[in-house]
Amino acid sequence: MIHSLFLVNASGDIFLEKHWKSVVSRSVCDYFFEAVERATEPENVPPVIPTPHHCLINVLRQRVYFVAVIQSEVPPLFVIEFLHRVVDTFQDYFGVCTEAAVKDNVVVVYELLEEMLDNGFPLATESNILKELIKPPTILRTVVNTITGSTNVGEQLPTGQLSVVPWRRTGVKYTNNEAYFDVVEEIDAIIDKSGSTITAEIQGVIDACVKLTGMPDLTLSFMNPRLLDDVSFHPCVRFKRWEAERILSFVPPDGNFRLLSYHVSSQNLVAIPVYVKHNISFREGSSQGRFELTLGPKQTMGKAVESVLVSSQLPRGVLNANLSPSQGTYTFDPVTKLLSWDVGKINPQKLPSLKGSMSLQTGASKPDENPTINLQFKIQQLAVSGLKVNRLDMYGEKYKPFKGIKYMTKAGKFQVRT
Amino acid sequence: VLGMSANSVSYNEQGSGESGVDAAQENSSIPASISAGGAAFSLFSADCKKNEDLKEMLESNKESLKLEAMKRIVGLIAKGKNASELFPAVVKNVASKNIELKKLVYVYLVRYAEEQQDLALLSISTFQRALKDPNQLIRASALRVLSSIRVPIIVPIMMLAIKEAATDLSPYVRKTAAHAIQKLYSLDPDQKEHLIEVIEKLLKDKSTLVAGSVVMAFEEVCPDRIDLIHKNYRKLCNLLVDVEEWGQVVIIHMLTRYARTQFVSPWREDAVFDENSEKTFYDSEEERRVDQSKPYIMDPDHRLLLRNTKPLLQSRNTAVVMAVSQLYWHLSPKHELSVITKSLVRLLRSHREVQYIVLQNIATMSIQRKGMFEPFMKSFYVRSTDATHIKTLKLEILTNLANEANISTILRELQTYVKSQDKAFVAATIQAIGRCATNISEVTDTCLNGLVLLLSNRDETVVAESVVVIKKLLQTQPSQHSDIIKHMAKLFDNITVPMARASILWLMGEYCEHVPKIAPDVLRKMAKTFTSEEDIVKLQTVNLAAKLYLSNSKQTKLLTQYILNLGKYDQNYDIRDRTRFIRQLIVPNEKSGALSRYARRILMAPKPAPVLQSAFKDRDRFQLGTLSHTLNSQSNGYLELSDWPAVAPDQSVRIVEVVKEAGAPLLGKSKPGKSAEKFYSDSEEEEEGSSSEDSSSSSSEESESESESEENSDDSNKSSSSESDSEKKKKTLKNKKLQQQKPDSKDRYWSHSKALLLIIITKLFSIHIVLSFSNQFVASCRCSLLRLCVFLACQFDAVSWHVRVSLQASFPVFVPETSHELLHRMTGKGLSAQYRFTRQPCIYGNSMVSLQLTLSNSSDQALENIHISEKSSTGQNIHHFNAIGELHTTNHSEIDTNMSTVQHEHTKEDEFSVSIQPAVGELLVPITMTEADFTKEKLTWCQKANQPIHFCVCISRFAGKTVGSGCLVLVSVALKDPDAGITINTEKTVMASMLLRQVKITLTNSGP
Repeated sequence: MIHSLFLVNASGDIFLEKHWKSVVSRSVCDYFFEAVERATEPENVPPVIPTPHHCLINVLRQRVYFVAVIQSEVPPLFVIEFLHRVVDTFQDYFGVCTEAAVKDNVVVVYELLEEMLDNGFPLATESNILKELIKPPTILRTVVNTITGSTNVGEQLPTGQLSVVPWRRTGVKYTNNEAYFDVVEEIDAIIDKSGSTITAEIQGVIDACVKLTGMPDLTLSFMNPRLLDDVSFHPCVRFKRWEAERILSFVPPDGNFRLLSYHVSSQNLVAIPVYVKHNISFREGSSQGRFELTLGPKQTMGKAVESVLVSSQLPRGVLNANLSPSQGTYTFDPVTKLLSWDVGKINPQKLPSLKGSMSLQTGASKPDENPTINLQFKIQQLAVSGLKVNRLDMYGEKYKPFKGIKYMTKAGKFQVRT
Repeated sequence: VLGMSANSVSYNEQGSGESGVDAAQENSSIPASISAGGAAFSLFSADCKKNEDLKEMLESNKESLKLEAMKRIVGLIAKGKNASELFPAVVKNVASKNIELKKLVYVYLVRYAEEQQDLALLSISTFQRALKDPNQLIRASALRVLSSIRVPIIVPIMMLAIKEAATDLSPYVRKTAAHAIQKLYSLDPDQKEHLIEVIEKLLKDKSTLVAGSVVMAFEEVCPDRIDLIHKNYRKLCNLLVDVEEWGQVVIIHMLTRYARTQFVSPWREDAVFDENSEKTFYDSEEERRVDQSKPYIMDPDHRLLLRNTKPLLQSRNTAVVMAVSQLYWHLSPKHELSVITKSLVRLLRSHREVQYIVLQNIATMSIQRKGMFEPFMKSFYVRSTDATHIKTLKLEILTNLANEANISTILRELQTYVKSQDKAFVAATIQAIGRCATNISEVTDTCLNGLVLLLSNRDETVVAESVVVIKKLLQTQPSQHSDIIKHMAKLFDNITVPMARASILWLMGEYCEHVPKIAPDVLRKMAKTFTSEEDIVKLQTVNLAAKLYLSNSKQTKLLTQYILNLGKYDQNYDIRDRTRFIRQLIVPNEKSGALSRYARRILMAPKPAPVLQSAFKDRDRFQLGTLSHTLNSQSNGYLELSDWPAVAPDQSVRIVEVVKEAGAPLLGKSKPGKSAEKFYSDSEEEEEGSSSEDSSSSSSEESESESESEENSDDSNKSSSSESDSEKKKKTLKNKKLQQQKPDSKDRYWSHSKALLLIIITKLFSIHIVLSFSNQFVASCRCSLLRLCVFLACQFDAVSWHVRVSLQASFPVFVPETSHELLHRMTGKGLSAQYRFTRQPCIYGNSMVSLQLTLSNSSDQALENIHISEKSSTGQNIHHFNAIGELHTTNHSEIDTNMSTVQHEHTKEDEFSVSIQPAVGELLVPITMTEADFTKEKLTWCQKANQPIHFCVCISRFAGKTVGSGCLVLVSVALKDPDAGITINTEKTVMASMLLRQVKITLTNSGP
């Protein structure tokens, strides 16, 4: 399975290596560096790179490449999924998974990697099991450990490891028992030049933050479960119960976790909450181009569209842009040609717009491509698919928990072609 | 004190990796004694000095200093720096009490043991001691490190440790043992045979924790030993849902391979196709009819695998979803394949790297089965933010999905891609348009026109790519498109990309008849620039010259001579070769002989148009989801997926001994084997298909209730009742098997048994109703010769879902010896039978009553083949005994059988219907419960029969439950002198009244 792991930063330095079987020389990464050089963008590095004796599988997260060395046949997704899980665990432990965070916590990182893989095969990847084996570093604990000489390594096998609910540890205690659920929906859409929708889908997740004492057994039901077309669950959800009754029944993990991700069937019409009016043109023979952009709300069910951010990759020929926004601020990076406009909230009475001119490089001909506009926005208190949680019940414990549910709609991959 | 505080400061700094270490090294105030002298050394000895520091710290008495040193050493290892010289100092700490220090030492040991084998041996005894530690975590980690030390001398020690750990009580340690197997195997492959033994043992393990790891070891050590899987196949299928996700992936891949060797192909279309081809060969109609009339029935084990893996499509782990998808792709009937589509499309929302792998697999699938992904076409639309390799894969899939119906939508989409800023992607788009044009003849012209428009694009790569694609398209229909060729000739001067220039030259030569005026002119231009062209262009120039020479020698003779001369002295030997060859071919001279006469036919031969194929065309030779598939080349350790066998191998190899399975529920712990369920049909007239669906639904309920019971032991009753349900099914399986000996009189019984069935289905516990039916039945049967049928059913309603509490059954205090007559020797024609209730728990299932049957032969002939006929099995469960081959005179045989109902026996030509009428009490098992529970339960059940009688005994309470359904029956006898009250509390009213009557009779008889 996974032979070795190298962590490579954006400038191409290996800053951490770990071997689970015999040591593989770090020169194997030269093949990887070649691939990075060949790729124009960091994202374009192929995830699987064959070399004469090994195979390198890499993932890129937060400008750090995690390069796994493989020697024999293994499902590539197995490795990719595992590497992402490693990153998630690091994020869980250190807040972020950057080069600096890893370097600062190199011992904990090593201890974690040691527990997560045995002989290249995943051993413990469940975060609550790991947290019992190796306590996350906090300032307080570091101080305490230094003074008392105690360690942050657990001495007993975590109970979860052996139980049928490996995601929950026993003996959880809270004074305030609370369970919060966030229904977050993302709209993926491609809007064509004329403003009509080419494709639009809704992808949703339910993220939960459950802090409940003991071993609670929760059930969550929806008003309209039929909306959910395709779902994937946290392992805690009882699949049969969902199949039979369309009810989510589960013993929750402790803390934050993703309960469910779903897809709303593409047959349903998706309400597109914003529209974009644009006029981006270059005149033949002149070194000037016109740029006009207006945003407006549409089908928002009375809710405000917030945190709107417009970004667009302008053609390479554009030298500079001289624009004036009616609200918010805009930036244009003349090197990467990336235009971004932080709009903020859309006021239906006074639509935000960005107007002005672009100057082309002298002598450059009119670019034949038009830039695509990427849009980000948020709408609070609305699940655009119309999904509604009916009720949440708790069994198995006596106390009354505080329950909360929040809805939000966001733009996912929302693109407007011009 | 000062030293300590400085230490704590540097501890905080230490985390910051290199800088931390360096800083500590510079202000090396930590071991104060050293630093005083150390500071005097010059810079070049810094590295050596630092290690001296660490050594000093490791040898100190303070745990905290040691830990500090180890942390820094681990930092060095992480950076890939060599710290091997510290080995002796580090290895001393292997027995440290501080668990973190110990773990860090382990990390170090595993890293450097291979280099320092002799010193590493010093640590072995510590591990051997730790292997006996009461703490399972310590045992496991000792084994992990011991097996990770790659020192060949300790192989025997490792072997011993693995064997021991494989039988450890802790599943966690057994899991570690499974991992250690692989490590030992890679260290010393000679141990294979011994390791296989351990694998075989661990494969039998029922823990979900172990399953994934041991299958991994199996795949690594002995993937060809398929025979080890047989007995564990069903268990693995059933455990799969509960195994951790990484194990699931490994098991699913292994089971895919297994299934391909054990089951016949479910792909009917292919089978029919094969038959047809065979038919033409043999041309025997009969044979074919026989083949076709035999419908394909999926092996139940095959179905079990598909059914149990399906829920995993909902997993959050993308590798699991992909594994199930490939399993369905390789194993499921084609019409069931569609279930994986949605899940695969869902994965496209995941990380970029996941998308890449999934899209590759979809690309391979979409070539063979367009229909699967066509409804999701829009999910493959390209976004400008996608990485280039994702874009090209999406394009590939869109092209694969194109058909007459959707081509216009796809082309419109492709048109927008052509305007993209990513030129590599634009080139790929143009190729995709070309492929659409060749595959779908309706749009060829539209595509061609579109591509011609692109020829005026400003970007050269776009133009060049278009030229290449147009060239390929024109080959399919050259005659109509001379104007396009002319247009391209005009463009020729502006195009510099060699491939495009070469393509235009080839077109000119090939279709020089269509452009008789332009072609020689192009050749003239080429003659001028020949020396500065790329090789590929030169070759095509030579080709063009040769073709023109043959068709229009008048104009081009000199030009050709000139070009051939240039080519003769070219630097590239390919071009020199080609020139020489062409010259001999087209210029007739005395040496060239016959060949040059055919030169025109050779060079101007009509050429087949190229077929534009997907790059994923033959990727399906690799198993989907594998590394080999991604790389499109066989990688190390790839295990080939075998073809389906023509005839299924023996299915019985997967059957696990019944005793083992049935015995399990008695312990109340292990799960009931579901292996036999798919044979289950709750009535004979039902069809196989619907019954299997039935069983699947009930088994799903069952497994759910199981998992619930594990989580919540208070609620374990539900599971116990469902266990009994599954036991029931198992029994009916056996009934079914006996059906082969079904007598021809079957039909006559059917109407009656159906009537009985109805009652049973309504789940009423109604003995007297059944009785009344059976009386009619008896009447009708008496008319028929030699048949005596008496029916009595005391039927156990096994399917009761209302059980509230599970109670431990206790053993009966008193077992009566009296046996009752079942069949008299006169009526039985010499065969007599007696039965008695043993009041023992039944070994075949806890919902059955065990019955001892004594058969004796009092005739003077041997009786053969005595068995229970299967007709009686309508609804009741009888564990049949095997047919007794021969029963000789005065030979007694005792059979323990388990039944609760009607029993038929028939001899060679005789069949006797007999019935057993158990007293209600026999159907109860005593249970032990506290008085408080007793009164509590008593209140729960309102149904009670109450009757005062006269007698005097003490106040007594009896608790029991029915065997079949586990229904609680509480009998309390209260004494209110001179009257006594019997109260019976149970859910089952009929039973209550019957019991009451019996108790009353018994008590009144025995009373004063």
